[in-house]
Amino acid sequence: MPKLIITDRSGKKSEIEYDSNFTLMETLRDNGYDIEASCGGCCACATCHVYIDEKWTNKLKNMDDDEESMLDQAFDVKNNSRLSCQIDLSEELDGLEIEIAPE
Amino acid sequence: MTEKTDVVIIGAGPVGLFAVFELGLLNIKCHLVDNLDKVGGQCAELYPEKPIYDIPSRPVVTGQELTDELIKQINPFKPKFHLNQQVEKIAKTEYGWIVETNIGTKVEAKCIVVAAGAGSFVPRKPPIENIESFENKSVFYAIRDKSIFKDKKLLIAGGGDSALDWTNELSNDSNVTLIHRRKEFRAAPDSVSKMQELETKGKIKFLKGQIKKISKIQDSRIMLEYENDEERSNIEVDYLLPFFGLKMELGPIAEWGLNLHENLIKVDTEKFETSTPSIFAIGDINWYPGKLKLILSGFHESALMAQEVFKYCFPDKKNIFRYTTSSKELQKKLGV
Repeated sequence: MPKLIITDRSGKKSEIEYDSNFTLMETLRDNGYDIEASCGGCCACATCHVYIDEKWTNKLKNMDDDEESMLDQAFDVKNNSRLSCQIDLSEELDGLEIEIAPE
Repeated sequence: MTEKTDVVIIGAGPVGLFAVFELGLLNIKCHLVDNLDKVGGQCAELYPEKPIYDIPSRPVVTGQELTDELIKQINPFKPKFHLNQQVEKIAKTEYGWIVETNIGTKVEAKCIVVAAGAGSFVPRKPPIENIESFENKSVFYAIRDKSIFKDKKLLIAGGGDSALDWTNELSNDSNVTLIHRRKEFRAAPDSVSKMQELETKGKIKFLKGQIKKISKIQDSRIMLEYENDEERSNIEVDYLLPFFGLKMELGPIAEWGLNLHENLIKVDTEKFETSTPSIFAIGDINWYPGKLKLILSGFHESALMAQEVFKYCFPDKKNIFRYTTSSKELQKKLGV
């Protein structure tokens, strides 16, 4: 199984296996990470905000206007900010490193 | 003045609306309270244009269409809506419960049905250290009385409709600076072009960046430190008006002594009653083993809840189960 490397809000790093049929948000949520995702993953809130490790930012599909607009409601937005519900996991992302953004 | 009804439903989202239907068929009258200025809850506020594919018999329906159809469906029962307000307190009375909102509306009812979804929508507050101590003095998340901003220096933060609309409107009488993390805005194109026109004419200023710090300087003035890719800088203003949309939180419901399970209200799966008799919880706000946060589950929960509420409202009457397809009496209620 491919793996993700996650840094949570306390700075703790951990590794989890993922199923490439799910989004990053769903995988984080189902593994018990503290991620609100209040709209359920339809890109209508900004509560699944994560930072993507610089090594990986250009390996992801580009963000669409919808996601970029929703990020306007997030805080501490950086150049590597993404909404995790908009990231479809695939085998190629094996080893992806992400950090959960502050609330 | 206290109004009287059979049931107060807290939350006017899809499940709260459908509860009016199920209760109405049993001759139970409802008032609904919602913190938003419109009916429909998350469906209308968060994703009015987004398609939903798992409503039985509707291969696809948008959040707003679903809301509009539900309103049509419950119209025969003439529910009363109390919008733009949040239920703050509930108290036991001889009749049942008295429910009081933050703007003083009081409704007495036999039962309370909590259909509050993920909670009330409240302004999303920027995570700036110490911002709470400036709230309602130099920092406002909503504008009730715009006259206090006359001839003052304002910093408006955000890129959506509220931020742009207030920038345009307050620029008439105040010195307005708009701050947003990028030069693109998700607000309506009309408001964006109006704002850009004001900027070109020098009537407002635009700053690119995100606010990082707030501090007090003399009198009631405040200093905001902001950051963008190029620099970290300061701006001194009288008021900061952050508009970053809404988020949901459980709010006062947490204080009513109901048994909770991780911020959700525990109910049984026969009556959907909470740990407090005559208070029910349906839809995304409740929890029971196997719970799924689906609109269709909330609809099912409404129907079963109504059977039990009937007993509180009409203790001496027998509830005879009937179908809308065949019952003349139910059809009369529906006006069909």
